[in-house]
Amino acid sequence: MENRPVTTESPFVKGLLITSAVVILTLFLLMPLFAVFAEAFRRGWEVFIASLHEDAALSAIKLTLLAAAVSVPLNTLFGLSAAWLVTKFRFKGRAFLLSMIDLPFAVSPVIAGLVWVLMFGAQGWFGPWLAERDIEIIFALPGIILATVFVTFPFVARELIPLMEAQGSDQEEAAVTLGASGWSIFWRVTLPNIKWGLLYGVLLCNARAMGEFGAVSVVSGHIRGKTNTLPLHVEVLYNEYQFSAAFACATLLAFLALVTLGLKSLLEQVTGQKAGGH
Amino acid sequence: MKIVNKSILLICSLLVLNSCGKKESGGTVKLLNVSYDPTREYYVDANKAFTAEWEKANGKKLVIEQSHGGSGKQARSVIDGLDADVVTLALAGDIDVISREADLLPKDWQSKLADNSSPYTSTIVLVVRKGNPKGISDWGDLVKPGVQVITPNPKTSGGARWNYLAAWAWAAKEYSGDEAKILDYITRLFKNVPVLDTGARGSTTTFAQREIGDVFLSWENEAYLIEKEFPGKTEIVYPSISILAEPPVAVVEKNAKKHGTSEVARAYLEFLYTEKAQELAGKHFYRPRNAAIAKRFVDKLPQLPLVTIDADFGGWEKAQRTHFDDGGTFDKIYQP
Repeated sequence: MENRPVTTESPFVKGLLITSAVVILTLFLLMPLFAVFAEAFRRGWEVFIASLHEDAALSAIKLTLLAAAVSVPLNTLFGLSAAWLVTKFRFKGRAFLLSMIDLPFAVSPVIAGLVWVLMFGAQGWFGPWLAERDIEIIFALPGIILATVFVTFPFVARELIPLMEAQGSDQEEAAVTLGASGWSIFWRVTLPNIKWGLLYGVLLCNARAMGEFGAVSVVSGHIRGKTNTLPLHVEVLYNEYQFSAAFACATLLAFLALVTLGLKSLLEQVTGQKAGGH
Repeated sequence: MKIVNKSILLICSLLVLNSCGKKESGGTVKLLNVSYDPTREYYVDANKAFTAEWEKANGKKLVIEQSHGGSGKQARSVIDGLDADVVTLALAGDIDVISREADLLPKDWQSKLADNSSPYTSTIVLVVRKGNPKGISDWGDLVKPGVQVITPNPKTSGGARWNYLAAWAWAAKEYSGDEAKILDYITRLFKNVPVLDTGARGSTTTFAQREIGDVFLSWENEAYLIEKEFPGKTEIVYPSISILAEPPVAVVEKNAKKHGTSEVARAYLEFLYTEKAQELAGKHFYRPRNAAIAKRFVDKLPQLPLVTIDADFGGWEKAQRTHFDDGGTFDKIYQP
């Protein structure tokens, strides 16, 4: 049999496809990214450093890290248990649960913020009860965390469900016949199988938690140096005509995206090597 | 599973911490001023001046926190529980809503401080491109064919409502109150508006940064801010008549009482009437109420005939109902 090329397209079509992919990538990804960095450094290093060192910026960074530090572990736990439940067992209402997990993806972030205002706002269902006890949720840290948790709800679960579905429950069943307890099955069989998928889900969840704008904007109250997260701070600076400072803070978010991408490809490499090494 | 326990613990402690944080702690008094978009720069300076003065007199530390956004949106947030000690908004109507919907301050709040509770005023001016290429000198020029006018949406923006009423006031004078002619003028004016942004800052960006439109109906202080931020690109044209905009301030009495800040909140708003704060207002292109100080800024902020909302439009409640509520004149003249 003679050797034939795998693809059958003419060189012209190939060239066209590759060129258009490169052009689109440059136009929609590289240029905006470049613009963010160029704008941030337009007034020099000093302004860049100073705008990140300002009190309001520091507090925004702190608040963003704090919101992520609470919502990511919570959603990791939730994602793990939901994926475990949905893929290892068959029960009534399973399809309903699956679509509920996707709900935060389906609703607009503005709604995701407004539901908390409706529940915990001063005119909301629990508003008077909370006010009597002097507990603040909306326009304070707990509200920001609630909104972040809500919008980042599905990331880990969505990453794990297809993976665990594909793996099936054969190995767990084998472990049961060998007399392993529930916990040791989880730690020794399930978790090692899904750890890279889990890490990837956590990465995505974290990226969104730090970058969320809409839902957090609704519940934040925009108190400078107190309830502005990093994305909100960027908007405030932009509206104040402080373009360099706005883009300096935006580079932090862009940097986060780049780190996420880097870690993601590192993860893929590691998993590839592991698979090849065994 | 330790992670879980820790995060639950963390949330609980945050809730508790947060509920305590609001009270005065360690001799520090906190004040939250919820304001609208263009006042940011002014209040940064005014807060600094008041804090220094108050700390010296009282021997305690004072921290004034700021929140800015569209005036209507900010009022909504206060109603929903944003814990403002004082509000400093774009128009009395927005504070009326807080009083009506949430009962956080008395109905007669506007009589609690001097000059309708507005320590500074502003007006609406026309901003044109450098050299005024379309030759715009008054409201009548806005309806010429080929002139693009930028203004935010009166349904959502406080500033836009002032714009609308200022144009209305000119037409009322020009056509000696003939309502059909006034409506025709306003209709043609809005035919020349290519984009209606939701807020004043959005419109400023549309005009100054994206360079859309020939003339921008703007707060006077925003107009000077554009000159500062985009030097040499724009000119300010003072029309033959405009409107006296009175952005009011008020203590949100229920909140302040809860925080134990009633006194300092009132002192803060009274401070806005002092010579020092009036001077700062002038520097940030707001018109000082104090006549002697206003005189010092007359080069920048010239006298011109100004109609008022109370004398010429029967107060905000009536103006809102006649012009901007559903079925009002704006709905009649504007078809998107």
